[in-house]
Amino acid sequence: MTACNTAIAQVDLTKVKPYGDTLNDGMVELAFTLPVPYGEEGSEAAKILAKKMGLDEPNVVYSKNMTDGYTFFVVYGKCQHTVDYTTIKVTKVEVDIMDRLECAQYIKDNIKREVVIVGASTGTDAHTVGIDAIMNMKGFHGHFGLERYEGINAINMGSQVPNEVLIQKAKEVNADAILVSQTVTQKDVHIANLTNMVELLEAEGLRDKVILVCGGPRISHELAQELGYDAGFGSHTYAEHVASFVLTEIVNRKMV
Amino acid sequence: MKSKLNLDPKVIDSARSCAARIAESMQEFIDRHTTVSTERTILRLLGVDGIDEVETPLPNVVVDQIKDAGGLPRGVAYWMGNAMIQTGKSPQEIAEEMAAGNLDITKLPLASAKEAEEKIMPTVLDALKKIRQQTEKRNQYLETIGEGRKPYLYVIVATGNIYEDVVQAQAAARQGADIIAVIRTTAQSLLDYVPYGPTTEGFGGTYATQENFRIMRKALDEVGEEVGRYIRLCNYSSGMCMPEIAAMGALERLDVMLNDALYGILFRDINMQRTLVDQYFSRVIIGYCDIIFNSGEDNYLTTDDAYEAAHTVLASQFINEQFAVLANVKEEQMGLGHAFEMDPDIENGFLYELSQAIMAKEIFPNANLKYMPPTKFMTGNIFKGQIQDALFNLIAVWSGQSLQLLGMLTEAIHTPHMHDRYLSIENAQYIFNNARDIGSEVEFKEGGIIQERAQFVLAEADKLLHVIEEEGLFSTIEQGKFGGVKRPRDGGKGLEGVCVKDDEYFNPFIPLMLGGAK
Repeated sequence: MTACNTAIAQVDLTKVKPYGDTLNDGMVELAFTLPVPYGEEGSEAAKILAKKMGLDEPNVVYSKNMTDGYTFFVVYGKCQHTVDYTTIKVTKVEVDIMDRLECAQYIKDNIKREVVIVGASTGTDAHTVGIDAIMNMKGFHGHFGLERYEGINAINMGSQVPNEVLIQKAKEVNADAILVSQTVTQKDVHIANLTNMVELLEAEGLRDKVILVCGGPRISHELAQELGYDAGFGSHTYAEHVASFVLTEIVNRKMV
Repeated sequence: MKSKLNLDPKVIDSARSCAARIAESMQEFIDRHTTVSTERTILRLLGVDGIDEVETPLPNVVVDQIKDAGGLPRGVAYWMGNAMIQTGKSPQEIAEEMAAGNLDITKLPLASAKEAEEKIMPTVLDALKKIRQQTEKRNQYLETIGEGRKPYLYVIVATGNIYEDVVQAQAAARQGADIIAVIRTTAQSLLDYVPYGPTTEGFGGTYATQENFRIMRKALDEVGEEVGRYIRLCNYSSGMCMPEIAAMGALERLDVMLNDALYGILFRDINMQRTLVDQYFSRVIIGYCDIIFNSGEDNYLTTDDAYEAAHTVLASQFINEQFAVLANVKEEQMGLGHAFEMDPDIENGFLYELSQAIMAKEIFPNANLKYMPPTKFMTGNIFKGQIQDALFNLIAVWSGQSLQLLGMLTEAIHTPHMHDRYLSIENAQYIFNNARDIGSEVEFKEGGIIQERAQFVLAEADKLLHVIEEEGLFSTIEQGKFGGVKRPRDGGKGLEGVCVKDDEYFNPFIPLMLGGAK
């Protein structure tokens, strides 16, 4: 009877590869369409492309004619590349998350006045789903929105709000924070719009007087900071994340 | 047919007659008013097209000049008819003269309204004939090459470039799609004019222009003949140019148009008086040319909770139905909207969705219901997304929906790629075929979850409708009872384009279209 080889290889975090069912097998699945006719040549093209992407032993497991001259492929392959996980640094919003009631208590203890937050989905963006999830009474997925927070006056201006109008409103109500939601990102329309917002605020001399936050499915904190925002929130963000950041910032910046 | 949900016909009748009274009371308001977009629509139907040197569409040039001169309450049909008498020119020539600054249409000698109407009538009848020819052409196609089975597979294209849209639309038709909707570019709904000519740039969609309609219609006719199935074309008769786009759709043979009496008010912040007047003419046109309209109740569930707000969807469907009745729209043309938007974590959520979908079909049995896919709880996990869409498809075939807007596994990530559309069509075809007759096979437990859910939603909708009747539709919207969105009566965009008609006002198209003018 041979000894059972039970040793499981240890992960080397300086050389990480995709994991299928065995460490370092590098297994990756891809799905894409090529503008080529369906057939063996097409599958070969998909394989060659996968190799160029750094996949060993590419395997076209499925292909299908989409229309004349277009073929869809599902491809598996083994990734040659590795990543050094130990040297990665990601910019994140660093704040202790407080729940809704803790936020209310924090306002009572540390701010001692009503906090005003205005928000909108700006520019041409017609999607309210993001700003509603954060601001509306009902919130999203069981997380109540800012309208339900005691001590916060949350003003949701809805969608397709020009940056100028949002800023005007912020001035009018003396807002502590402005929330900008961007859902449509086709052709990077959100970048131009977010940048324009910062420029307008600076021109008005307001940039330092408010906490400026953006959010959306394609927004990261890093991107937000690059564009001149105080924070950026991506998917899986709820009202408590935004509120915790804003309230902490108010205290840190002595805007109390 | 016996109700599987044990719905009380008395409650349905109560809700429906209540909605009818609400619509009728609004109709009195509508009949007293006209709008700049309604007037531009008349011009488009009279054949006025093209742009001036700064790219303002000629219908806008004409209406703006008349409005600035204070002549809008009389209506453009009068001014055009009068100008035809005084100048001997056609509406298009008159519009061109006005754009060139050579003619002040309100300063001509004045004929009587009767004379103006008589003068314009041949052009009106000619427009109606063109529209009827398009309707006949559709019927001819349906008789010769036929159509797909219901639920029709309905997909969107949204590249921003009409020529790229054609490639995607034809591919989708070959993959099995029955309806192609060309999504409009972001924010077109807020433009108070319709752009002109073919367009190749847009954000998240393609401009709705008459030339783009024509290009896509031709492409879909070609591919329809190739695959042996009539492919329907859908666009948006909504926003600030609601009736104008309906007229373009009638002239270019669109088959389906998104058109809702309340949507623009709630979700685009268009003034409610403006939208209600606009929707009437747009629906009269849609009714006349056999276009199926889609109402937008599904949107309530993206801003409000799909479980808690289900009755607002049903109440709004009743109202949209009754507005359509007043515009002489046939039941089969009513694509009343609803959606599969409950939080997937709700226990028995599938049962509630199924209950509500069957309820809609039982209450509006002859309507061609439009069923919208999950969007709010699509996460970017494309694998789970495909399952959510599968459940949605199962309910559609089970409950007998007509227009199935296919869910995309990549919803919430990007506008659909070519293979996303293929995967969603394959998903729907598999399920529709595999469960084709499930609806006629399965009955529900008396007093069970499914029956009680529908009974509850219907009762709540009936209650809400009675509240609306009591308080009036305008004030109900002001209070935020639909979609959780509040809109003031004099707020929003476009109110300056609404005016009260004078005694001599006439719109020659409305009576003829309502009478079905042969």
